[in-house]
Amino acid sequence: MVEIPSGSIPSAEVEDVELYHPHSWWTKYVFSQDAKIIAVQYSITAISIGLVALVLSWLMRIQLAFPGALSFIDADHYYQFITMHGMIMVIYLLTALFLGGFGNYLIPLMVGARDMVFPYANMLSYWIYLLAVLILAAGFFAPGGPTGAGWTLYPPQSVLSGTPGGKDWGILLMLSSLIVFIIGFTMGGLNYVVTVLQGRARGMTLMRMPLTVWGIFTATVMALLAFPALFVACVMMLFDRVLGTSFFMPAIVEMGTQLQHGGGSPILFQHLFWFFGHPEVYIVALPAFGIVSDLISTHARKNIFGYRMMVWAIVIIGALSFVVWAHHMYVSGMNPAFGFFFATTTLIIAVPTAIKVYNWVLTLWRGDIHLTLPMLFALAFIVTFVNGGLTGLFLGNVVVDVPLSDTMFVVAHFHMVMGVAPILVIFGAIYHWYPKVTGRMLNEVLGQIHFWITFLGTYAIFFPMHYLGLLGVPRRYFEMGETAFVPPSAHTLNIFITVMALVVGAGQMVFLFNLVWSLFRGREAGGNPWRATTLEWQTPQTPPAHGNWGKDLPVVYRWAYDYSVPGAAEDFIPQNVPASDGITREVPA
Amino acid sequence: MSVVLIFLAAIAAIMIWWLSGQRLTSKPWLETGSVQLPDHHGTERPPVPAVKIGLFVFLGVVGAVFSLAVSAYFMRMASGDWWGMPIPRLLWVNTAALALSSAALQWAKREAGQGRMESLRPALVAGLALAVFFLAGQIQAWRELTAAGYVLADNPANSFFYMLTGLHGLHILGGLAVLTHTTVRAFSTDVAPDRLRLSVDLSAIYSHFMLAVWLLLFALFAGWANDFVDLCRTLLN
Repeated sequence: MVEIPSGSIPSAEVEDVELYHPHSWWTKYVFSQDAKIIAVQYSITAISIGLVALVLSWLMRIQLAFPGALSFIDADHYYQFITMHGMIMVIYLLTALFLGGFGNYLIPLMVGARDMVFPYANMLSYWIYLLAVLILAAGFFAPGGPTGAGWTLYPPQSVLSGTPGGKDWGILLMLSSLIVFIIGFTMGGLNYVVTVLQGRARGMTLMRMPLTVWGIFTATVMALLAFPALFVACVMMLFDRVLGTSFFMPAIVEMGTQLQHGGGSPILFQHLFWFFGHPEVYIVALPAFGIVSDLISTHARKNIFGYRMMVWAIVIIGALSFVVWAHHMYVSGMNPAFGFFFATTTLIIAVPTAIKVYNWVLTLWRGDIHLTLPMLFALAFIVTFVNGGLTGLFLGNVVVDVPLSDTMFVVAHFHMVMGVAPILVIFGAIYHWYPKVTGRMLNEVLGQIHFWITFLGTYAIFFPMHYLGLLGVPRRYFEMGETAFVPPSAHTLNIFITVMALVVGAGQMVFLFNLVWSLFRGREAGGNPWRATTLEWQTPQTPPAHGNWGKDLPVVYRWAYDYSVPGAAEDFIPQNVPASDGITREVPA
Repeated sequence: MSVVLIFLAAIAAIMIWWLSGQRLTSKPWLETGSVQLPDHHGTERPPVPAVKIGLFVFLGVVGAVFSLAVSAYFMRMASGDWWGMPIPRLLWVNTAALALSSAALQWAKREAGQGRMESLRPALVAGLALAVFFLAGQIQAWRELTAAGYVLADNPANSFFYMLTGLHGLHILGGLAVLTHTTVRAFSTDVAPDRLRLSVDLSAIYSHFMLAVWLLLFALFAGWANDFVDLCRTLLN
């Protein structure tokens, strides 16, 4: 480490890059190479397709509570809704929004770069993602409809005629869409990783990066290594379906005819799928962990507790998540020794995760907690994540998982931990960074309404679902029918859950309205409304202009969490403030 | 899945090596007010260009794709309906062509490094032509095998052969697109030597990597990999 007086520091470690300058409206706002525009494009696309998935969940819930109430929902449609809801939410909404949306917006700004290192590939990444979404959505209009194979697409059923879309377009469109998505994501992912590696401003060492960047960076590395498994699985399944190979397809008699397949291994697909599928959970969770750390620190006006431990935990969780995949396959049958191994690794992941939870709580301890909207969502996330995580510890054990695996308990678990928890972070993050993106604050009252509906509502939906699962109510069932072991109270509870699902879904309209309304009528935010330390709040313009930093790149003198430093004039010291004693500094408007 | 786990272990080793140089144990909250400069160990090495890092990350992704496919190969092989497939003699010729292409690009890299444009051009053209020859040879090998009755869907060994060679061929094709672009630029008059040098460098790295992937796949198809696995198993027991 070298001490240098502040005046003599050249502005960048690396040479300042030459930016691509758009020449027309089209290249500025549509085929833009500016990561900030690409981020907004990613977010709008992801949220739009996410709304489709939200409506699908409504339809499923209506069918479960009031079987037959909507006459167009038959068993086939129900499975199509399940499949599309799951796939859209996990991949096309959460992955795309966290990495493509927040990654694109925050990485260059937070590390002090002008843009991503490969802007052209970044632009392609978005358009390929959009193509993937369109291919996916085309399934709804294709003959036979989208695939109804479940989001895990297990063969052989996914390519047989008994499954909706199995012998029609559905499964083909789904597999192609995933392949296209992965190609597009790889282009974006290279950008996120290399920008963090090479694009950091002078003084921005890895250990000075905000945890948001750590989370997104680690998740991207994981995604780059895990998505190939899905890619290979999709290509092989396409071969099986289109060219008649037998990678996954065993000898099978369908509708009285012997198919030409034989000898294939469905378990092989499950291995490939979950080799992607489990890291995927953390690909979504790690950015959420990072963002929540920053929200809590900023809105509690206190440095993050155990920064180093937080970084290590992110890296360790990322590494461990590659050796737990088979805990999704306990009921597929496996060597008991493997079950023991995967149960052990699964439980070990709880250690770094618990460290993170303790550190969030200890950051709050004696902090100056401002119950702003981002803070409310961050607190809600902690509670929800702990709840969902604890049921994960149940399910990580083979003997507990086997009886619960096919019940609503699992649905409740993964919706808590992987659905509601990251979505709460996404909301918190949007309330937090919307002022930077648009220059205006989101409306506080609407935000409060949105928060309480979402937080209490999702609990009302998913808490009782655990109970249903323990009663033995099976998941994936189109209707219960005359099921002797399901008591009448379960049906009543189902109605309650459905009503709450409709309410929570409707509550999101408040949020969407807020997004649009505040864009025009929101309070002017200024450059740094939350009085935050990280670099994205220190840009000369708000919203940041093309190139982010004006003439000179920022120089970083401190870590991202100098809140309430004793003796400092203000309760925050931005990362680009030189002297070691906090000085008052004009906040850029 | 052991192949991919070995691959991941290698990646993890690289990451640990890299992270170990990033002062992960430092206490950033105590280090305010200073600008930390990276330690160049006294030697002023020029920073690695972002594109090169990008290429290495991309090769990691490609490596993951192939190691997963090879993992699947081994797992599928364990079932009883697997009959190995003969290796057409042409594959040896193709392998030689790909190796020579890689060597030509290495030569091009050296010439570019010393700024000798007149010998750079033939080297690039040779590399390009040999890689095209490899692809044409692979397609010819497919035709021979199909003519001999080894069709795609007959047997998992055939399916894997066609899928893996196809996947590898597509990656070669992608590399060829970039290499063609570089070669065309090498023939134009107003080219920045630095940029060209970097492009040639990257092409050479990519082609070496794809050669290595091909050699492993070839060993797999020829059955040597299986002998090797058996040997390891015997040693372990």
